[in-house]
Amino acid sequence: MAVRHTIVGIGSPRELEDALRAAYYLADEELSTAAYLALALGKPLLLEGAPGVGKTEAAKAIAGVLGRTLLRLQCYEGIDASAALYEWNFPRQMLALRRQSEGAGGSVDIYSDEFLIERPMLACLRRPQETVLLIDEIDRSDHEFEAFLLEFLSDFQISIPERGAIRAYERPVVILTSNRTRELHEALRRRCVYHWIEYPTPEREMRIIMIRASGVSERAARAVVAAVGRLRREPLAKHPGIAEAVEWAEAATLLNEQGARWPDAFRRSLGVVLKDEDDLVHIAPRIEAILTEAQA
Amino acid sequence: MIDTARSIAHFLGFTALLRRAGFAVAPEQTIAWLSAIELLGPQEIGDIRRAARATLAPPPERFAEFDALFDAHFLGSIVPGLEGEPSDEEPLKAVEDAAVGPEPIFGEETRESGAQATTAERLSARRFGPGSEGETLRLFSRALPARMPKRRGYRWRSVRGGAGTDARRMFRDAMRHAGEIVSLRHRQRRLRQRRVVVLIDVSGSMKERTHAHLAFAHALVRAADSVEVFTMGTRLTRITRPLRLRNREQALATASLLVADWDGGTRIGDALSAFLAVPRFSALARGAALVVLSDGLERGDPTAMADAVARFARLCWRIIWLTPLAADPAFEARTAGLVAARPFLDRLSDGSSIDAICANVLDMANEKAA
Repeated sequence: MAVRHTIVGIGSPRELEDALRAAYYLADEELSTAAYLALALGKPLLLEGAPGVGKTEAAKAIAGVLGRTLLRLQCYEGIDASAALYEWNFPRQMLALRRQSEGAGGSVDIYSDEFLIERPMLACLRRPQETVLLIDEIDRSDHEFEAFLLEFLSDFQISIPERGAIRAYERPVVILTSNRTRELHEALRRRCVYHWIEYPTPEREMRIIMIRASGVSERAARAVVAAVGRLRREPLAKHPGIAEAVEWAEAATLLNEQGARWPDAFRRSLGVVLKDEDDLVHIAPRIEAILTEAQA
Repeated sequence: MIDTARSIAHFLGFTALLRRAGFAVAPEQTIAWLSAIELLGPQEIGDIRRAARATLAPPPERFAEFDALFDAHFLGSIVPGLEGEPSDEEPLKAVEDAAVGPEPIFGEETRESGAQATTAERLSARRFGPGSEGETLRLFSRALPARMPKRRGYRWRSVRGGAGTDARRMFRDAMRHAGEIVSLRHRQRRLRQRRVVVLIDVSGSMKERTHAHLAFAHALVRAADSVEVFTMGTRLTRITRPLRLRNREQALATASLLVADWDGGTRIGDALSAFLAVPRFSALARGAALVVLSDGLERGDPTAMADAVARFARLCWRIIWLTPLAADPAFEARTAGLVAARPFLDRLSDGSSIDAICANVLDMANEKAA
């Protein structure tokens, strides 16, 4: 196994944590350890967690820290190799052949790079040093696609029938995320370094809001964190994620600057936190109490 | 640095412990863990724990158990309930039909040993109601293939007309005609039947219906491409293979020989967990339609049942729970187990008669996605 002790000067989980903080992402010790190990061991990093805990953000921050481009492959039901790997540009191949047969001269190789449309996975294999591949929401894809990923994730190699196998000359950085709407296959989990992202502690969430939102007072941030924590314990269809908490703090601050009083500013901007009619109806009778409690 | 074989042995002991506790740990994960420890040059026990979590990847719902095992192994603390768990009931076993004998040969219908004949008698003595179920099942088998839930396969097939053009094929054709496109070709994803997994409750409370349920399962196995059938009572038994026999009476007789826990108590939660604990079985449930024929009267722990159903909900495409109690129009889930499991069921409906079961199963594919 190719073990690299340092990647772009990062030699320990602690250093990675600091670098991520500089990229405005507050990682806890567990996440920075998992991410560091994934980078050092050359294994893919699998991040699971509820929607809105910052899985995709983590990938973006890691790409930022490494100074690489993030190639994002969003999974969906029915995704297949041509969307993930490569496709031949058939119209261009056809045109090239026609030009040739009409006497434009020269012989043309229709399987050359010029006719290859590369998709995220191929792009990542060809330029492993410049890219980070994010395979987002893999739980949305079909089981067949998951199986197809196995070859890629263990050997970092793909085969194109007309061209032969293409292999990365160094292990690329791959990050997978899943919302755990369905269980991923053991074989896939086994190949990855795994981390389950929890909702952050109130202390950490407050720091995230302060770092991410502009012009939010500490008092407002604290109230938002308390209220959001309370909402996450309610039986809601969709629990507010971190992004929602940040937006709520920003929205309420904006309303407050325009003259709305404090608890009122929170209530009027509730729409950025709860985006489901049933949830709003469910919470309506108690929202006053929750907000007052959060402000205390 | 890991330099001595002894220190490695201590780490390996932990992975062995994990495996005994039912965690799936692959050798490559162990290697990754050891490399990770070396890499971190562990300053404190927390480093080793974090490395273990990241590389050995325990499922989130078992983190507490994982940490307890970790503490027990590395810190020497005693885990309550880990060793010599004081259980009054023996752990539920999963039994597979393959252990019993060679695979029954299809179409060989007259192979009846004495033992099989006697069971056939006992079973037929237990049959209920008039012989109308035969007709219902015949109609069911005929209607089923067209109404099975389908999933989109990974392979393509060529079709006349349609949205997707098959560029690769057109291109190949064009090569034969000097680069001239002669005709448009279309392609479409092939559709495949979803697998159906049937779990039949054979406990005492379902006594009168067991035979009918087996007959239904037999019809299903014969008519659909991919079906797996299990019985659950005090243990879990796979009976798919005998049910593949064409002759119904003979199939049911052979299947009933395998089931050793007729008319016993029910531990649905334990039976479901036993199913999930065998990787070979839980792989069958992945993306499948799960049909449970049970009244949901749980003798064991209702939360265990709810947890197991929740895990099934993540594995399966859809869960259909058919209970005879739902024949009453005023029925709603009342038992603790069923109430807790209700949110994870896609349908909780009438399973009081063969007609009702067949109608519900034929209707599986119509439900809009949950």
